[in-house]
Amino acid sequence: MFKLAPNHQNDIVRTSKVSFTFDGKSLLAHEGESLAAALIRAKLLHLSDAPADGAPRGVFCCMGLCQECVVQVGGKTIESCRLPVSQDLQVISLRR
Amino acid sequence: MITDTDIAVIGAGPAGCNAALIAAEYDFSVVMLDEQASPGGQVWREKSPAILHAPETPESVAGESIRNAISQSNVSHLSGVRVWHIERSIDAFIIHYESAGVSISLNCRCLIIATGAREYVQPIPGWTLPGVVGMAGATSIFKQDLIPMGSKMVVSGTGPLAFFVAAEQQRLGGKVAAVLTSNTFLDWMKALPAMILRPGLLFRGLRWITALYVNRIPIYWGHTVTRVEGECSVSRVEFKKIGKDWSPQGEPSFIDCDCVSLGGGLISAFESFQLAGISLEHRRDLGGWIPKAEQDGRTNVGGCFVCGDGAGIRGSLAAQTHGKLAGLSAVVFLGAEINHPIDELRREHTRAASFGEAMSKLSIPRPGLSKLTTAQTVVCRCEGITRAEIEDEINLGAQSMTSVKSGVRAGMGPCGGKFCQTAITEFIAKAKSCPVSEIVPPTARPPLRPVSVNTLAGDFDYSDLPISKPSPL
Repeated sequence: MFKLAPNHQNDIVRTSKVSFTFDGKSLLAHEGESLAAALIRAKLLHLSDAPADGAPRGVFCCMGLCQECVVQVGGKTIESCRLPVSQDLQVISLRR
Repeated sequence: MITDTDIAVIGAGPAGCNAALIAAEYDFSVVMLDEQASPGGQVWREKSPAILHAPETPESVAGESIRNAISQSNVSHLSGVRVWHIERSIDAFIIHYESAGVSISLNCRCLIIATGAREYVQPIPGWTLPGVVGMAGATSIFKQDLIPMGSKMVVSGTGPLAFFVAAEQQRLGGKVAAVLTSNTFLDWMKALPAMILRPGLLFRGLRWITALYVNRIPIYWGHTVTRVEGECSVSRVEFKKIGKDWSPQGEPSFIDCDCVSLGGGLISAFESFQLAGISLEHRRDLGGWIPKAEQDGRTNVGGCFVCGDGAGIRGSLAAQTHGKLAGLSAVVFLGAEINHPIDELRREHTRAASFGEAMSKLSIPRPGLSKLTTAQTVVCRCEGITRAEIEDEINLGAQSMTSVKSGVRAGMGPCGGKFCQTAITEFIAKAKSCPVSEIVPPTARPPLRPVSVNTLAGDFDYSDLPISKPSPL
């Protein structure tokens, strides 16, 4: 049916959930979704601190340019908007 | 691994894909490099593998179609790779890209740059808080992950994107607290003639606005968010009415929210053009600094062609034909005779561009806009540098982008100046009382994207260093 203000929330089928950790905290996410999306759903927005004043930073450009959503995985720094979540992924934020 | 190709295309959006597809029809070897996992660019970004099924959208349908076309073609698509440098030799281009932590070089006789656009966001107090995202940024999460951003979003920006963001947030089950647009109803009426020629797109835009009315979401025409408040994330925004020149006026009002999406239009991602040696020109109506190019994508650099939004913001419709034109130019450059109807493509591009250009006009920055950036507002997000610090440097004599960059490090951080340069250009132009077109962007330096030192070093080892025998005493 044609709806003036459609809501497709319940028409989206996702993969099953896997668990991963963010700064040691155990969380769930749909396998393969971006870490940025998983953290937004978990309301964990504060991912790093600014170099000069230590102010909180998080996902901003969502396309791999701004470098503010970077986290550490396996010793490597990677943008959370470009990182798919997999089972047992261990993520460490750059919060000081 | 491919080390040599006739034609390399950087970017796999509507322009890059169409350029690669048409060039491959002429039996040239074509390599298309892109940083995303699959073709589509930002506008037709593919859903993440976490989505097993979802209702179709015009973007998902167009994206699927181009992804199928690419997979059935002879185009070699290098996905998930990041071009970090472009070099020129006498008769070729050398593209350096990173793939899975390794730096690889690709030689090509002909180069097509279709790197698209990024977003301009005017710095305002609080715009660095977690929970503040770009408007184009929000759409990329919407398209890829199909989740709403936050539980209550305020959208504030220019052009049609503000309404698209609000409509998608609602479609994906999120709430929108309000939509603020710098444009007035009159601005939109001026764009109407171009929109009427594209009734499908006009109808779609009206549906976005209808969805807001149906859900009783206030639309504030001629208003903008002037401050984002919160401790570690967004708690509310302050907003004001803006005048004809977009300077904020009158008393502030407030809206509670946990997410703010801000956007001031798209700007060309011009750094690749600079590295390739292409001259730039300033066109406020097309998103600021863009490459100097003919309609068919030819530039001052022989063998290097440009197309799509990176060559001037004209939208995805125009980008598709622009890609075809640039692809054909490359084929002609390599000596082939073409059998595609060039004149018809040119006319089609002009028609499509007139719609895109009308939309881009809605985002042309006006003189009062920079008043939103207060003295204490952080402008360079990477290095945390405020407008006051940048203006002090300008007043001390730093009258160019390069001198501001080396003086206070604004633009030296990980983003490479992509999110502060436009604002700083305005500050310098204001201090010098000259048009922004006289403030040229700083010299482009590799890397175009962050590359780890390990990647650059490759398999080089310290023990490989040639150390000559010490001379006898």
